[in-house]
Amino acid sequence: MLRVENLSTGYNSIRVLKQISLTVSEGEIVTLIGSNGVGKTTTLRTISGLLRPTEGSIHFCNKDISHVPPHKIVELGISHVPEGRNIFPRLSVRENLEIGAYTRKDRLEIKKDFKKVMEIFPQLAKRQKQTAGTLSGGEQQMLAIGRALMSRPRLLLLDEPSMGLAPLVVLGIFEIIKEVNRQGTTILLVEQNAQIALRTAHRGYVMETGRIILDDSAEALLQNDQVRKAYLGE
Amino acid sequence: MFVQQLINGIILGSTYALIALGYTMVYGIIELINFAHGEIYMFGAFTGMILMTRFNLPFPAALLLAMVTAALMGVTVEYVAYRPLRRSPRLAALISAIGASIFLQNLALLLWGSRPQNFPSPFKIKVYQSSFFSISQLEIIILVISFLLMVGLSFFIKNTRTGKAMRATAQDRDTASLMGININRIITITFAIGSALGAAAGVLVGIYFRTVNPMMGVMPGLKGFVAAVLGGIGSIPGAMLGGLLLGIAEVAGVAYISSQYRDAIAFAILIIVLLFKPSGLVGLPDQEKV
Ligand SMILES: Nc1ncnc2c1ncn2[C@@H]1O[C@H](COP(=O)(O)OP(=O)(O)OP(=O)(O)O)[C@@H](O)[C@H]1O
Ligand SMILES: [Mg+2]
Repeated sequence: MLRVENLSTGYNSIRVLKQISLTVSEGEIVTLIGSNGVGKTTTLRTISGLLRPTEGSIHFCNKDISHVPPHKIVELGISHVPEGRNIFPRLSVRENLEIGAYTRKDRLEIKKDFKKVMEIFPQLAKRQKQTAGTLSGGEQQMLAIGRALMSRPRLLLLDEPSMGLAPLVVLGIFEIIKEVNRQGTTILLVEQNAQIALRTAHRGYVMETGRIILDDSAEALLQNDQVRKAYLGE
Repeated sequence: MFVQQLINGIILGSTYALIALGYTMVYGIIELINFAHGEIYMFGAFTGMILMTRFNLPFPAALLLAMVTAALMGVTVEYVAYRPLRRSPRLAALISAIGASIFLQNLALLLWGSRPQNFPSPFKIKVYQSSFFSISQLEIIILVISFLLMVGLSFFIKNTRTGKAMRATAQDRDTASLMGININRIITITFAIGSALGAAAGVLVGIYFRTVNPMMGVMPGLKGFVAAVLGGIGSIPGAMLGGLLLGIAEVAGVAYISSQYRDAIAFAILIIVLLFKPSGLVGLPDQEKV
């Protein structure tokens, strides 16, 4: 479904990604793990069109999207939940979700999806009129995921959904991620919390300073000595 | 006397508010002070005048066409003077804005000469009197049109799909694009609406003072900017409030202090706001910071 080949990107003249390649197949949860500043966010931002690749290519459903602007990429079916959620703080919860469906015209179906998001996140249902900036961190993460689902993505990019959340809230969010996947959305998950990421995903890639150094099934990575030492703190 | 000053202030202030909206909307989206906005206002006034005097269009049609023309002009200015500098340092865009302003002033001088031209009022000088104040039919029309435009804009921003997209873009441009919002399109719409409102103000002031000239945009442009800062730049209700307050302050200053200070009042307010509450009256505290 998603095929990234020899992708390089950078900021100004500093190269951050050095020829990374990865694939995500339909129905999978694939995780990209690595420590601070190795380029995980940069990878997602390049896939969703916010950054231009300097080298390499990105194919989505066999279409080259390497130079497609972000608003067109959403239309193709990729939805990105950015690091730090980036909900629109002065819009209401409801308006945030409406903006999530910005690319769609099918009003009835949008309504259905709105209801569905409210069922997935009952906490949000009670707060529809509340300004999103006043939500708690966990609720903001739920809103960011709900907002992304409103575009009916085929591929969901999640950037550190666990960031800054209490362990219990993290567990809840990851249960929902699995459920969203079971209902048919393919997921590329970026995480620093390797433990929970590998327990959630089917396959994983390990990144170090702009390169992918390992890729394997999630179970195998959980057993891998290198991964256990560096990312699981064992 | 007091009620009369208040009414005069609101009439003047509603035109400042219309101008301020253009500044604040553009600033909200691209963080640029569009210094060519006063010239858009001036072109709006000229277009209205020409349509009414040379083409004999009725006032509503002339107003509407002047707004459309100014919208196209504002969009062109953005396209030519600001868009190529989108990724440059802010100072570059600001200098380009001043350049656009000077260019448009000189274009008007070239087209119409420097002498003020007559803008015949389309309305009879009918004046309504009460024991506290008097108001002319023309003044009522100016008030009604300004308020209708402001209410219309508020409704548009609050309720329509594009209005919501504009608010989202103002809050977080990158994330807005991740929602499928075409940022360039939103910027174009913002310039179009802001310029149209500026042109409406130009036409209204034109029929009020019955004269237009190529330099007429300079002072109202600056005052519209002050009104936007007073209200809190980036805030739409702020621009409306700032405009009205500035108009009232100016009229009161002229009435109770001296007419020599007419223009100084606006700048005194600017300095005071910048010193004591730079975020303005309806200014947003830094909510976005996590
Ligand atoms: N806007 C930017 N301008 C310049 N350099 C940047 C920018 N954003 C990120 N970088 C640099 O690119 C590198 C990779 O950053 P990136 O955000 O992709 O890391 P990350 O793997 O997501 O880290 P984290 O886990 O901390 O979120 C870092 O060295 C960072 O300093
Ligand atoms: Mg990151």
